[in-house]
Amino acid sequence: MVFTAIIFFLAAIGAITGAFGVVLLRNPFYSVLALAVHLVSLAALFLLLRAEFVAAAQVIVYAGAVMVLYVFVVAYVGAGEQLASGGVLRVLGPLFALALAIELCIAMLGAGLAGVNSKGAAYVPGFGSPRSIGELFLTKFLFPFEAASILLLVAAVGAVVLARRRRGLEPDEQFERQVSVPRPAWTGTMAEAGGLTMPAHADERTYVEGEPVATPGSDRPNQEGGW
Amino acid sequence: MSATTFGWLVLACPLVGSILIGFGYARWPGRLAGWLATLAIGLSFVFSVIVLVKLLGMSSDHRQLTSSLWDYDVSAGVDAKLQILVDPLSVFMILVVSGVSTLIHLYSVSYMTLDRGYSRYFSYLNYFVFSMLLLVLAGNFVLLIVGWAFVGAASYLLISFWYRRTTATRAGIKAFVINVVGDVGLVIATFIIFQHTGTVQFLPVFHAVPHTFVHNGAPIVVACLLLLVGAFAKSAQVPLHTWLPDAMEGPTPVSALIHAATMVTAGVYLIARMHVLFEWGPTAADVGAIGGCLTLVIAATVALVMTDIKRVIAYSTMSQIGYMIMGVCVGAYSAGLFHLMTHAFFKALLFMAAGSIIGAMAGDQSLDHMGGFRKALPFTLICFLVGGLALSGMPPFSGWLSKDDIIGFLDHRGGGFEILGIVGYVGALLTGIYTFRMIFRAFWGEPCEEARELEHGHLHHADVPRNPMTGEEEDTDVGFPGPGHFIAERELPMKIAMGALAVLALVGGLVQVPGIDDAVTRFLEPTFADSKYVHVEVSAGPAWLGLVIGALIAIAGVTIAYRIWVLKPGTSLRIRERFSGAYVFLWHKWYFDEIIDFAIVRPTLWTGRVVATTFERGVITGVVTDGTTSVVRAGSAAVRRAQTGFLRYYAALMIVCVFGVALYFLVSST
Amino acid sequence: MNIGWYLTVSAIIFCIGAGGVLVRRNPLVVLLCLELMLNAANLALVAFARMWGNEDGQVFALIVMVVAACEVTVGLGLVVAIYRRRLPIDVDELNELQG
Repeated sequence: MVFTAIIFFLAAIGAITGAFGVVLLRNPFYSVLALAVHLVSLAALFLLLRAEFVAAAQVIVYAGAVMVLYVFVVAYVGAGEQLASGGVLRVLGPLFALALAIELCIAMLGAGLAGVNSKGAAYVPGFGSPRSIGELFLTKFLFPFEAASILLLVAAVGAVVLARRRRGLEPDEQFERQVSVPRPAWTGTMAEAGGLTMPAHADERTYVEGEPVATPGSDRPNQEGGW
Repeated sequence: MSATTFGWLVLACPLVGSILIGFGYARWPGRLAGWLATLAIGLSFVFSVIVLVKLLGMSSDHRQLTSSLWDYDVSAGVDAKLQILVDPLSVFMILVVSGVSTLIHLYSVSYMTLDRGYSRYFSYLNYFVFSMLLLVLAGNFVLLIVGWAFVGAASYLLISFWYRRTTATRAGIKAFVINVVGDVGLVIATFIIFQHTGTVQFLPVFHAVPHTFVHNGAPIVVACLLLLVGAFAKSAQVPLHTWLPDAMEGPTPVSALIHAATMVTAGVYLIARMHVLFEWGPTAADVGAIGGCLTLVIAATVALVMTDIKRVIAYSTMSQIGYMIMGVCVGAYSAGLFHLMTHAFFKALLFMAAGSIIGAMAGDQSLDHMGGFRKALPFTLICFLVGGLALSGMPPFSGWLSKDDIIGFLDHRGGGFEILGIVGYVGALLTGIYTFRMIFRAFWGEPCEEARELEHGHLHHADVPRNPMTGEEEDTDVGFPGPGHFIAERELPMKIAMGALAVLALVGGLVQVPGIDDAVTRFLEPTFADSKYVHVEVSAGPAWLGLVIGALIAIAGVTIAYRIWVLKPGTSLRIRERFSGAYVFLWHKWYFDEIIDFAIVRPTLWTGRVVATTFERGVITGVVTDGTTSVVRAGSAAVRRAQTGFLRYYAALMIVCVFGVALYFLVSST
Repeated sequence: MNIGWYLTVSAIIFCIGAGGVLVRRNPLVVLLCLELMLNAANLALVAFARMWGNEDGQVFALIVMVVAACEVTVGLGLVVAIYRRRLPIDVDELNELQG
């Protein structure tokens, strides 16, 4: 019992610290690492709750695959500037979160539900084992299982499509110049019209007098594969 | 086929004619449209005669027949069906209307030749006849109002027929607006009557009036006064008469038909038809009689100084209708309607003859330029003389018998009506004077240029077409008024029409000679059986006395005119100089136009302008439209501010809402 | 331990994740905080599965993990595409869908 309690507290503290780390660390790379710590702690908590398979999946899939994906993207995108969070949400954000936390805790602890105060149902050997999970997946939850598979397929295809390299979408100096010709007041995006943002590349306006102004898209480089 | 079926056929012929001619307006070759129209109205007249014969074949108690085709406006307690009432009064009217209309159509066939609007003219004319027949055949108030409105519309279309003339269009608008005033009176009166009696059909209303209205009480008097407003507007009585002289802008046959023989008699018909109501509210009837009397004398005085030949005849019409209105308002129904019939004959004849002499003058209508047409236009002269003598009331012409029928009745009723009778005699004297002033000025004296040309057989043509009223040059490239000028001597259709009317004007009065026969009264008796004057009969003695007085006055009038304008030329100028104040007053038509312009037209225009600028712009545009749009716009702008595009604000909103939902469940579970 | 303790931890982690979404401007970190919230939900599901004694909650948690993986995939693909267009990687700057 005591052993369980110690493991619990260690894992809980690890999880919460990891969570704080994700939120508070400036460098996104460190945030990813903090999340990895959090995930492993959560796996420990799952083990305490007798969910062996879920814990294993958590470590392998989440901490193993998803975090690696994150690391790749963070490496590609770069650390990014140290953006100071702006506006009123800097104060209000944590406040809202704190309010929600207090409320949820009150709801759970003050509810007086019998089940919540117990240590759980009686343990049946084989609870949480891969065998029982597999059985459920293939009988009672077959449809969600299949749907989740299709979802994975769709996500994979979508990710490939989104992130593929398309010629003509990278910033193209000549195209940029054509596009950022001074335009009348009622064209352009609504944000530009409302004055909330500057027109794209307005400070790079290199419109030369006398140069023929081609309509946008007339000089687009040929794209393979349509789109 | 029953009488009412023929009644429907009477209505159908001019309607079909109008539609046919209208749809093929560009395709009718030559004068075919005119002959078609004349045929349509001729058929209508034939059917009217058949209706008359059938009606006479029935016993006198059963001579009020109704027939309805279908429910026209039956809803919410109103029971207006498409219904005609065939009874002696309406048969009398359709005979007069269709008969005179046929002759006028015949006249127009040659008069309007070469006018580019030839087919349009005949379509409108047929439409007018249809509306007039609908008005007199209507069996309920709703259809009466429909016919009334149609007639007003037809009058507008025909007055402004030569619509390139500003004077014509202005006159058309003036006529229409004043007509609308009358329409309003008629409609409100209908409503009051419907409110009290619960029905709009004529015969049930007439039966119900004694039970639902208080004798001479406020509602019936108000209703009758409003009916009088309608009648006065349509029949051009003072003070709603200013449109009639201006309406002479239309072609002469139009003036003959609408503004002499038929439309302006609609008011008389209305009062005669509603005689039950008028007898139940005698105050209104007296007001009507006084109005008619005033018009009689005012119009006669103005006709004395008018120089446009058509306007003289127009004021003469106004005056004669004053007689008729006076007659039907005091109870002399058959006398008034008899005068209506004879007046239709000789007035149409006078207008036709005026058209002939205007043709000889190549469109000029001013008496100042005319003179000495005696040798050049002999047939026209005879027509003028016949019409003029009938109008003045010279025996044995028809006007003598009918006019004195009315005055005799007035004298018989006694009391205040005697004064009206005396005024009637004064008017008769003036009638004689102005009629023969017109005839003597046009036909006697030195022949004018045009007359001399015509004596040598050449019809004068103007070098430049001019507007007869203002004298300004006209642009007739549009094709109208047509370049042709026609005189009766040369055109056979015109001669036939005028000849027929001349004969009728001469002998038409013989149907009702006191003491010998009273065909009109007996024929109309079933309609007026419920009148309290139906048995009032002027006995032969006083009637003949009145006739003799009338004849003497007519002779006096003609003689005075002869003396002033023929025997001693220059007398009229001297009289004019002596009474120059009165002359100017009469020349300005008693200043009615100016008074109405000042009292009614200008304030209305001013109000309209003020409302348009202040109320319209300030309230309607500013508050109502711009107000609602600005409220909507402000609301949407306020809502739009939530669409910041900032992801974090959206997330914050979601967190707050989750907080709220959890709070709700937390609270509701405790 | 009481099941309630696990649920408390789950609540705390969820709220930390929510706060992170509201506060951070780098979209990558926002996605990470979303992961935190999903994990907190997973923890709660597994705790309830333990409470009731059947594994439905665990199956649910596995499906949640699948969904989270898909979402991360697509989200990171978007971030990569944005980076390729040289647009700033800042959720406050990417606000074209505004009224």
